[in-house]
Amino acid sequence: MSAAAAVPIRERIAKPLVDIGFDVEKIRADFPILRTKVHGHPLVYLDNAATSQKPQAVIDALVRYYEGENANIHRGVHYLSQIATEAFEQARETVRAFVNAADAKEIIFTRGTTEAINLVAQTYGRVHVGAGDEVLITAMEHHSNIVPWQMLCEEKGAKLRIAPMNDEGELLLEKYEKLLSPRTKIVAVGHVSNALGTINPLKQMIALAHAKGIPVVVDGAQAVPHLKVDLQDLDADFYAFSGHKMYGPTGIGVLYGKAALLEAMPPYQGGGDMISSVTFEKTIYNKLPHKFEAGTPDMAGVAGLKAAIEYMNGVGIGKIAAHEQNLLVYATEIVGSLPGVRLIGTAREKASVLSFVLDEVHPHDIGTILDQEGIAVRTGHHCAQPVMERFGIPATVRASFAVYNTKGEVDALVRGIRKVHEVFA
Amino acid sequence: MPELRDLYQEVILEHSKTPRNYKEPAGTNQRAEGYNPLCGDRFTVYLAMDGDRIREIGFQGAGCAISKASASMMTQSVKGKTKAEAHRIFEQFHELVTGHSHEPEAELGKLAVFSGVSEFPVRVKCATLAWHTLEAALEGNQENVSTE
Repeated sequence: MSAAAAVPIRERIAKPLVDIGFDVEKIRADFPILRTKVHGHPLVYLDNAATSQKPQAVIDALVRYYEGENANIHRGVHYLSQIATEAFEQARETVRAFVNAADAKEIIFTRGTTEAINLVAQTYGRVHVGAGDEVLITAMEHHSNIVPWQMLCEEKGAKLRIAPMNDEGELLLEKYEKLLSPRTKIVAVGHVSNALGTINPLKQMIALAHAKGIPVVVDGAQAVPHLKVDLQDLDADFYAFSGHKMYGPTGIGVLYGKAALLEAMPPYQGGGDMISSVTFEKTIYNKLPHKFEAGTPDMAGVAGLKAAIEYMNGVGIGKIAAHEQNLLVYATEIVGSLPGVRLIGTAREKASVLSFVLDEVHPHDIGTILDQEGIAVRTGHHCAQPVMERFGIPATVRASFAVYNTKGEVDALVRGIRKVHEVFA
Repeated sequence: MPELRDLYQEVILEHSKTPRNYKEPAGTNQRAEGYNPLCGDRFTVYLAMDGDRIREIGFQGAGCAISKASASMMTQSVKGKTKAEAHRIFEQFHELVTGHSHEPEAELGKLAVFSGVSEFPVRVKCATLAWHTLEAALEGNQENVSTE
């Protein structure tokens, strides 16, 4: 254990609660699913890091798309196709502004974060990583930011290197810097850890990599829903995120890439839309962003994503972040002080995630007992098995917060954990 | 509505806290490892076979209360049984935890306490992990068993 771990958890990471004048009940009214009853109890949805719930505005956008706008984009001269194309490209601009990319053509629509990372590994990665080269990731990555690089390294005879973290779940920046070698061709890092909640010092990590001429691919799936992300300020080369974790529909996500990098990359998939002309002898690829969007895209999903971003903008990302931080501070304090609870992931900079284990009771049993109280948490390895191994545990219970969660729901979680103690007494 | 107490019966809790036959028995000549990738449960089942008969059985590993208690009680119920008898008990146990039989077969004996699992379908894999591993060990299957 490091010296920092000796300091009580509350003193280490608790931050003062900030009154942000936030009417959470008004927010909750926007999410129809929150009226669900589970086993006779009101649903307490604390599995937001897996997927968030959707506000009525997003659901309406999907319905509106199919009721009034559905047509294939980029290829029709008829009225509906023009409407659909225009809406699609407007959504791209909405995404660009939300993450402050320099140009809308740097926004590629994908199925989600996983596909976005695979896209980079299979295009940029296959061109630039060769035998003896290295790809550097961190010890806290989600499987989706491990396996695509492992596959690439295996194919090319390259080596996957891992930047370690401390017992709090904080990246060891000095070790990270030392691992940046002349052989490192790509750095791939999560902005926020899905299993631990750690917010990585991304701007610094990117600057260190850039100082050695290494591009950085960021898994932003757990960051975009919770933090203001400014891609130009971060100077990320690639940044991936998913719609469904930020109040949008499933099946739609985003890859941001710097235009110069995207221009130089080979396409990912071949097909319609990604071409400008095809003969049996030769195909000329379409310009950005279409070069990376083969086939008919998820146009309804894009409409839903746009509505989700507009919803978040309406509430204000600053207010969302502050509200969730208040919940995390409150939950850390009261859950962390329950007997037998060990918090996993106690970094100073955290977002939205409270992971823990209980002495003597397996997370799976805790999950079942909490479910009986209507409380939805995640139990398991959270697609981050190396993280579990690092902490010497098979699994954790993870409560993760969103804009619509309340202090009362944290209290319900505490009552649920007491119930676990009763059952296993 | 399913009741927690139907799932977490005293006998089950007790076995999960102090599992029986939690060791590799002397004379072990067949073994298999079982893994549930969903929750990370992992057990090794050891068999000391005397021809077709399970002379000694033990297990080790980590898992939830249901999987651990099920493994513990399984070792008690199949010890001294033949391969065919053990297989038959697993079949009945499987019927019980998946809710296909409402009246536990007499042969199941104490294993009847697992009837509550049928009300919690996501926990069926927990209750059957050790049994699948036993089957693999009986077949002399060295491949790891996975519930997925």
